[in-house]
Amino acid sequence: MTGRDLDPTLKRLLGSNEPEIGCDDCFAQLDRYVELELAGAPADELVPGLRAHLVGCPACAEEHESLRALLELDSVS
Amino acid sequence: MPAPDTNSDVSALAAAPGLGEEWHLDLHAQGVRRDEAVAHLHGLLLRAARFEVFRRRGSLPQLCAVELDELAREAADDAAVSVLRRLDDFRGESSFRTWAYKFALFEAAVKVRRRAWRDREVTLEPEHWESLAHLGPGPDGDAENAALLEVVRDGIRTALTPRQRQVLVAAVLEGVPIDVLAERLASNRNALYKLLHDARRRLRAYVAEAGFPEVNE
Repeated sequence: MTGRDLDPTLKRLLGSNEPEIGCDDCFAQLDRYVELELAGAPADELVPGLRAHLVGCPACAEEHESLRALLELDSVS
Repeated sequence: MPAPDTNSDVSALAAAPGLGEEWHLDLHAQGVRRDEAVAHLHGLLLRAARFEVFRRRGSLPQLCAVELDELAREAADDAAVSVLRRLDDFRGESSFRTWAYKFALFEAAVKVRRRAWRDREVTLEPEHWESLAHLGPGPDGDAENAALLEVVRDGIRTALTPRQRQVLVAAVLEGVPIDVLAERLASNRNALYKLLHDARRRLRAYVAEAGFPEVNE
């Protein structure tokens, strides 16, 4: 069985085996990570563990989406 | 009252009259320079907080635009306190504006989640898991998922501590936001996420041992 066909509920229960940072570290590095993403830089390599955290933590994922969306809005204003 | 336009004042905030690119350095100053810089900071934070509150307003259908804006103002005020307290943490790894924005987005997001769940019951009894009989792979689920689900159920019941079971069930199966859980359990987001992470790791180990090693690869 691959991760692709795992039931979504089971995926959320089991999480990922990838190394990940915690919520406090995510908050500390989120601004840098999003700016790297928007610049087209390899954000996941430069800020290891943050992407895996976003997959496992819906609250941090929402804040990541919002920061990215707000900066994108700024860039066209 | 119409929703505040979060888009119209960006250029004004980016280049406030009398404030240069490094305006945020004046937050460390004294007197009028600092007051002007703090006012500018608050404008940025209010913009971000309004952006977040109105982005998530679907979860607060009971609030009118004025109440939503009040929530955004409270978030901006709290974010200003946090930013000013943590100014020395800013290392220039992003622009100051991006760094400050995240505080307002965080405060606004937490307030929205907590308000949305304020009157909702959260069952925090670990044994509540037993009543979640509806959990299943559904009509489209295959036999392998069904077998794995049974092992996961056993793992939740036998391999986790009551606290791990409580947080995993509430956060994952009942969809309780982690900030709401933290408030009700007198904890904080970071500590609860670590607990959730440890619960998932223990559950994967149990499931792998029971014949599904791929979940731990």
